[in-house]
Amino acid sequence: MANVLIVDDSVSMRKLVGGTLEDAGHQVVEAEDGVVALGVAKQKSVDLVITDVNMPNMDGLTLVEELRKLGTYKFTPILVLTTETDPERKSLAKSRGATGWLVKPFDPALLLATMKKVLN
Amino acid sequence: MTTSDEDRRAQLLGYFYEESAEGLEAMESSLLEIDIAQPDSEQINAIFRAIHSIKGSGGSFGLDDISRFAHHAETLLDEIRAGDRQLTKKGVDVLLHSTDCLRDMIEAMRDGKESDQDRVEEITGQLLEMLEETEERAPEASQSLSVESAIEPASASPNGTKAEWEIRFAPHRHLLRTGNEPVRILRELESLGELKVTADPEELESLDDMDPEDCYLSWDLSLCTDASEEVLREVFAWVEEDCDLEIRCLSKTVESVTEDANADSNTAEDAKVEPSKAAAAKSSGKSGARAASGGGSIRVSTEKIDALVNMVGELVITQAMLGEVGDNFDENRLEALREGLGQLARNTRELQDNVMRIRMLPVSVTFNRFPRLVHDLSQKLGKRVELVLIGEATEVDKTVLEKLADPLVHLIRNSLDHGLEKPDQRVAAGKSETGKIVLNAFHQGGNIVIEVGDDGGGLDPDRIRAKALKNGLITEEDNPTDSQLFDMLFQAGFSTAEKVSDVSGRGVGLDVVRRNIRELGGTVAVDSTKGVGSTFTIRLPLTLAILDGQLVRIGSETFVIPLISIVESLQIKPEFVNVITGSAEIYRLREEAIPIVRLYDLFDVLPDRQGIDNGLLVVVEGSGSKSGLLVDDLLGQQQVVIKSLKDNFGDVPGLAGATILGDGTVALIVDIAGLIELAKNRIPEASVKTGEVSRSCEAVAEPAESDSAAQGDSQ
Repeated sequence: MANVLIVDDSVSMRKLVGGTLEDAGHQVVEAEDGVVALGVAKQKSVDLVITDVNMPNMDGLTLVEELRKLGTYKFTPILVLTTETDPERKSLAKSRGATGWLVKPFDPALLLATMKKVLN
Repeated sequence: MTTSDEDRRAQLLGYFYEESAEGLEAMESSLLEIDIAQPDSEQINAIFRAIHSIKGSGGSFGLDDISRFAHHAETLLDEIRAGDRQLTKKGVDVLLHSTDCLRDMIEAMRDGKESDQDRVEEITGQLLEMLEETEERAPEASQSLSVESAIEPASASPNGTKAEWEIRFAPHRHLLRTGNEPVRILRELESLGELKVTADPEELESLDDMDPEDCYLSWDLSLCTDASEEVLREVFAWVEEDCDLEIRCLSKTVESVTEDANADSNTAEDAKVEPSKAAAAKSSGKSGARAASGGGSIRVSTEKIDALVNMVGELVITQAMLGEVGDNFDENRLEALREGLGQLARNTRELQDNVMRIRMLPVSVTFNRFPRLVHDLSQKLGKRVELVLIGEATEVDKTVLEKLADPLVHLIRNSLDHGLEKPDQRVAAGKSETGKIVLNAFHQGGNIVIEVGDDGGGLDPDRIRAKALKNGLITEEDNPTDSQLFDMLFQAGFSTAEKVSDVSGRGVGLDVVRRNIRELGGTVAVDSTKGVGSTFTIRLPLTLAILDGQLVRIGSETFVIPLISIVESLQIKPEFVNVITGSAEIYRLREEAIPIVRLYDLFDVLPDRQGIDNGLLVVVEGSGSKSGLLVDDLLGQQQVVIKSLKDNFGDVPGLAGATILGDGTVALIVDIAGLIELAKNRIPEASVKTGEVSRSCEAVAEPAESDSAAQGDSQ
């Protein structure tokens, strides 16, 4: 069981992803944008971050960068979950320290499998 | 799918519907506000995000039509956002249409209906046409798609045949810092087949020199698997730039990629030709509709909830204090008891206020849709209009707000169509070309007042009078005041519009507006000056659950009259009472003639006295006309909680409900508009059908007095 931080500006997306994870026995914390997520990340210890890219206030790629600057989040796996498929954006995400890139609409089984992988 | 799964899906869809509606609304208002020549990038971003979210969530819920449609609009916006495309008026219009179309699609899905496919295709066509207009963009988009689809089938595993692979995996030192863990990659490979791992410690440094955040090991792997090379490479996809990787096939047997591997990929394009998926989406839409109609939800700011929690805390303290007083009570503690009860009263009142506030929403929720309405209508009518919204933060009960939308739409259409003149007429009248519609909301006492005003041509009393004569509402001898004439506009079938337009003016309308507002316990009136403009004023109670009432006594019964409808209360002076045609009694109040309604008669109650001389008259106004209610006593004003009578008694004419008073007795709440209607129908009956009269006479046990003829005699 893992503590997962889900970052997405869409409530329904958060609930959808959150529900999938909770069913699999994980604990979920939600944040509506990068700024809130960063605040949560500083307060709570989280095993995995799943973030959207396009969000107001702070986008997902900036969030990845900021999280990697925090001592406690150097190695925490961060999955990007987005509708974007642009390879350039993918490699930008990677260079900023994202662990994986999943494309919406997401397949719950694939998401769980990926989580399992990155969480060992 | 189990029931709970379905329920959850319905619940999740509920979130989706709500947030899409909000997103589309935000998108629409940004599109209407945006300066086409110099668009604000944050506004463009906001529009983009709204559509982007709908695409993402829609796709995740399997709502592929919606997701696909949103995709086209998103592409367009993305190009605008990136500066590759100029924002044009046409673009804004197409996007506005897309907003409508998406809204319809989502609402149709929610209500379990079919969306208008022709329309969807039409707007999709418009979007695609726009996208193709810039030639160099289109090929690039299709190229990126083909790249995606080329990868998909390759990543699927071919059937049956195994091969032996040799892999050299040497991570760069910083690999761990990218959040990647080599062990995870090894495990993943292990899941593909038989894996032999040999670690290479060559690069390891002495413990003193080692940085614990660096990766020093590398691995030689041998794997026997039926997976293709692409699948193996996919495992390393995320680290390939952060490591040295060699993959060699030692014993390669037959490799075939099945055609139907494509079916695994769940891109939107594939879903299009998959009827089963579409059907699934449809049925799920229905279950979503159930949830949506099952009970609306409301978003409450944490601030309001905090206030509530705080109040409950204080209530607990008061309870503890009173408990302590009660434990060993003697006369000396009377003061403490009184103080505690006072505090309890205060807590209760504040708690009530706070609970009521939970249901309150700012009127902006409804107001926000009007800029679009005005934008579209003014274009259609060839008029120039500026819409001014004032007091959008004014809060009102959610139910009231929802039911207010239609009447307001009607009034605004009315102002645009009939009120405001065409630009040339305005110029000729010495006004500015652009007309103004002002929507103003504010609190007044315990009510909310909403005004819809325009600076148009105003109402013409002469024309209304002519029309009223034609409709038989008045006779040649009648000399109604302007405001009485204006009030006739709210009668069914009354329209002074010379031609019927598709915007408004079929003669049905203002009467419906009045009926809707009346159902909410409110009033609507119009004031106008010819050539200067008109203002419609709606007055509503803040909430439907609690009412500010005037308690009145008739005999031994207490009734509640809504304060909102009371104009004034007075003691009857006999010299102002007139009897018309032997049946109706009229009270002359200043320049107005007000029919007197004997409540005891209507409600079959035995009054203190039946003569009206020096009696108390409560002058009320409902559905545009005033009446004087004869009561025995005025008791006081208080807020009462409305309990519906509907479940047990159905609709009772003249009554809005009941309430329980402080002493536990039940008091009926009077519905003024209904009561006036009831009294109107009763007066002619009383003079004609004596049977009806005698029945009520028996009930009051003094037949001679309450007989209509006797009433006439008493003057």
